[in-house]
Amino acid sequence: MKLLSTLGRYSLATLQEIGSVAIFTFNGLKSCFIPPFYFKEIWRHMVIVGFYSLPIVALTAMFAGMIIALQCYVGFTRFNAEGAIATVVLICITRELAPVFAGLMVTGRVGSAIAAEIGSMRVSDQIDALTTLGVDPMKFLVAPRIIAGVIMMPFLVFIADIIGVMGGFLISTTVLNFSVGSYITQTVQNLEIIDVISGLVKASCFGFCMVCFGCYHGFYSDLGARGVGNATTSAVVASCIGILALDYLLTALFFGK
Amino acid sequence: MSKIEFKNVRKVFEGGLSVLNGVNLSIENGESHIILGQSGCGKSVLMKCLLGIFKLSEGDIIVDDLSVNDREHRKEYVKKFSVLFQGNALFDSMTIIENVEFGANQVCKDKIKCKEIAKEKLLAVGLEERVFNLYPAEISGGMQKRAALARAISLSPEILLFDEPTSGLDPITGGIICNLLKDTVKSLGVTSITITHDLKVAEFLSDRVSVLNKGVLTWTGHADDMKNCGNAFVEHFYKASNIILKK
Repeated sequence: MKLLSTLGRYSLATLQEIGSVAIFTFNGLKSCFIPPFYFKEIWRHMVIVGFYSLPIVALTAMFAGMIIALQCYVGFTRFNAEGAIATVVLICITRELAPVFAGLMVTGRVGSAIAAEIGSMRVSDQIDALTTLGVDPMKFLVAPRIIAGVIMMPFLVFIADIIGVMGGFLISTTVLNFSVGSYITQTVQNLEIIDVISGLVKASCFGFCMVCFGCYHGFYSDLGARGVGNATTSAVVASCIGILALDYLLTALFFGK
Repeated sequence: MSKIEFKNVRKVFEGGLSVLNGVNLSIENGESHIILGQSGCGKSVLMKCLLGIFKLSEGDIIVDDLSVNDREHRKEYVKKFSVLFQGNALFDSMTIIENVEFGANQVCKDKIKCKEIAKEKLLAVGLEERVFNLYPAEISGGMQKRAALARAISLSPEILLFDEPTSGLDPITGGIICNLLKDTVKSLGVTSITITHDLKVAEFLSDRVSVLNKGVLTWTGHADDMKNCGNAFVEHFYKASNIILKK
């Protein structure tokens, strides 16, 4: 009986949390389309999400491209398919690795910062101060971050696509002795626009997911340093799970039978 | 006619924690009212209920015929207030002048005029121009308090709320801030509510004092009458505040 009641309590709490996130996300999304728009804040967050995350995303994409090229070479030599490396690197990077890695890295860098910043604002009454100034916190704090995340993530992923493919190219031509011309030809010939577009759409969705979880956990963080710390952890964990779940859904949507 | 009327205000949080247990209070226009009480007695909750940040569990608060429960006229209601928060609540990502400009921008859409208002208010609270472009973390607690006051008055409010205005300040700075608050309220001619546990602040700033104990207003009157008011808790509070600790 006790086990059942505990199970019931957890189930209800989980459902309540899901409902709460859904309402928050809906309100956040709604506030993106209703004036006033805080352009200065939008620009500030675009710089944070896009510009400052670029080095870490570029580095991750480059290593991802290099690793795939190496792994594919080792695997493909077993059945004489080394020639497909350029194509595999291209598809892996554009469809999956660039958007997912960028999403996870930006979550670690920006999602956690969003939760910590908004959580600190909650603790130090800054959110209440916004309300008393007649400013809707959803419009001032959440909407600019959502807009910045949704717009800047595809840019980041597009650059990550190029750098990731370059990483594969670099390893293939310098370490694995592929000819530069044939690698480039193979890459260009097998480049399909849907591969790139699907990755960019995924990036936008991941940006939205990361920002929403970051804002939600910051907004409802418990008071005190511990509360803010927990909010940050929860935001990162929830965003990462959300990104991977969304990745599956979007992959099924784009390429599923 | 009273400016603010608390009618049987109750606040019970999730989990059944009852913080306000039927607060009734009437505050006149232009009055400087003090809510006095021990830490954790519900003073800040009462303020957040007044601002509509916390939803009332029961009762109503009426400000100039507008109810805190009336969500349709929420903007009109909130515009009547300005708050000086206990921790100042200055926005970390903005400089001092941007903080005040942001406040002024809510009542005036002309950016140049907003900047002028911000400068004027910052100078009025005694801040020098050299700190205008610093961030809140780069200035002292007393300066932050002044900046927060400048932001509060930049909104041209009808009611000023001060939450523990001297907490965390040394006695000299606390005294300066108290004088500044008194002068500001007087010069603007606004109604003010100060929430504090400091009897000296209450005596200095108040027209009337209300004492809150365990979520109930136990006494309302003039600060001078507290000593012999006949209410055991209020007299105990008064005496405890005047105890001089001996070695």
